[in-house]
Amino acid sequence: MTDKSEQIGISSTYLRASTSSFTEFVRLIAPEALPGARLQAGQLGAQLPGGAGHLTAHATTIVALCYDGGVVMAGDRRATAGSMIAQNDIEKVFAADEYSVVGMAGAAGIGIELIGLFQLELEHYEKIEGAPLSLVGKANRLASMLRQNLGLAMQGLAVVPLFAGWDEAEHRGRIFSYDPVGGRYEERAYHSIGSGSVFAKSSLKKLYRAEFGADDAVMAAVQSLYDAAEDDSATGGPDQARQIYPVVWTADAEGVRRIGEDRIGQVVDEIVAARRARPDGPAAPVL
Amino acid sequence: MSMPFYVAPEQQMKDRADYARKGIARGRSVVVLHYADGILFVAENRSQALHKVSEIYDRIGFAAVGRYNEFENLRIAGIRHADFRGFSYDRRDVTGRALAGAYAQLLGTIFSSGAEKPYEVELIVAELGATAEDDQIYRLTYDGSVQDEKNFAVMGGSADAIAERVGEQYAQGLDLAAAVQLAVRALASDGDQPRQLGTDALEAAILDRTRTQPRKFRRLTADRLAGLLDSGADADSTPGPELVEAPEPVEAPEADPGNDATPGSSPQ
Repeated sequence: MTDKSEQIGISSTYLRASTSSFTEFVRLIAPEALPGARLQAGQLGAQLPGGAGHLTAHATTIVALCYDGGVVMAGDRRATAGSMIAQNDIEKVFAADEYSVVGMAGAAGIGIELIGLFQLELEHYEKIEGAPLSLVGKANRLASMLRQNLGLAMQGLAVVPLFAGWDEAEHRGRIFSYDPVGGRYEERAYHSIGSGSVFAKSSLKKLYRAEFGADDAVMAAVQSLYDAAEDDSATGGPDQARQIYPVVWTADAEGVRRIGEDRIGQVVDEIVAARRARPDGPAAPVL
Repeated sequence: MSMPFYVAPEQQMKDRADYARKGIARGRSVVVLHYADGILFVAENRSQALHKVSEIYDRIGFAAVGRYNEFENLRIAGIRHADFRGFSYDRRDVTGRALAGAYAQLLGTIFSSGAEKPYEVELIVAELGATAEDDQIYRLTYDGSVQDEKNFAVMGGSADAIAERVGEQYAQGLDLAAAVQLAVRALASDGDQPRQLGTDALEAAILDRTRTQPRKFRRLTADRLAGLLDSGADADSTPGPELVEAPEPVEAPEADPGNDATPGSSPQ
């Protein structure tokens, strides 16, 4: 196996390869550097009862919802290893590029690596072609990268991403969900992934309004994470003592933006204050 | 049986250098210079789609003259080099110096190997440092030699004349408008009479230190460029002789076997 440092110069492969994909290029020059390539090296893992899933921390709940003029994605900050909390300030939602965001649940180590590669993939394409991919093109690219990860998923190292962004052509925010084998599904208004997703999605189902503006959407997203944290042990609630709050990104016609800690702090304070009076959160009418 | 003629290595290298230089001399020039907030690239380029200037990485820009398909190959190789290095190590470990070194090695190998024709290109790799003192401009020629340029660099057909013009008027810490105007004046001064270069004949980009995003490279759109060219143009104290309309560039007067209609083979 060649050492990666040997490829740091420019060999003729760099001139000849006819692809705009970074992943495909790396497969030519250093296949062992790709996440999916560990399948061969990791065959042993498949023989472990229950797979290798326990070897990595797990990231949990991500929610995304469309609003009038954009899309918001939020994630809690907890990573777990079994019943232990592995990290209380992990970040699971990132800007994928200037117009899209991506979050992940599942095997944290693989997920963060996959997202890093995905970000690079989008940037690489944009630089080489001189224009960015369409939003659906980006979503499809993520699906194919996920498919390459199938071997690891089968060993218990499954990662499930959630992708959202501003569609320049259709002039609206769009959300795409995935399954561990690379199936890609477009969501209409809102979606959630991870172990707390059942609760978060139920919460959003009651709170969501199509006419939401950005502020309402951020509020609803944080409310739903709060609800997920109440019922799912792997989802962390906001930590007011340490000022560790959910990570929230929006994407609209202006591009992506991370909502500042101060702003999220205010949202969290509001929610916690309101829940003191009404612990189950805001009510929806029966009819 | 006929014996091949003996050609002295000196002669061979000279022939190859002449060949490459001739190719480069047919192309329009590019000026790269420091301005107050970063590095400016201005190229005379009548194509909106085929770029002579482009982004390589967060803080690294690329400019080229010569044969389009050759420098396009080099540009893509550079992006691959930078992205792979950033992927293997860290984004901060991608440097302009390493990229210039890699290009130099590649161009040098191609130039001195008898098997391939030399590349008819010249490149500039410019890196934005944390402060103005750390900025770097590397100029690479067809034979793989690298020069670390101070303040500005010019390459292409009339590089010497244009460089002289830039050198006369260059000052440290020019603002963007002044830098753009200087570069355009210099590019237009290559003939016997200064030509008029409009935004449709120019391609411009900056590496902007004030940009908050990690990617500092930004193209200057035609509107922005027009605004920069207009601003303070009246205050310019060097009116120069009457400007004449630029004629359409006459490409490659001599017969060039590779010069067919494809964009890849016309000198840029």
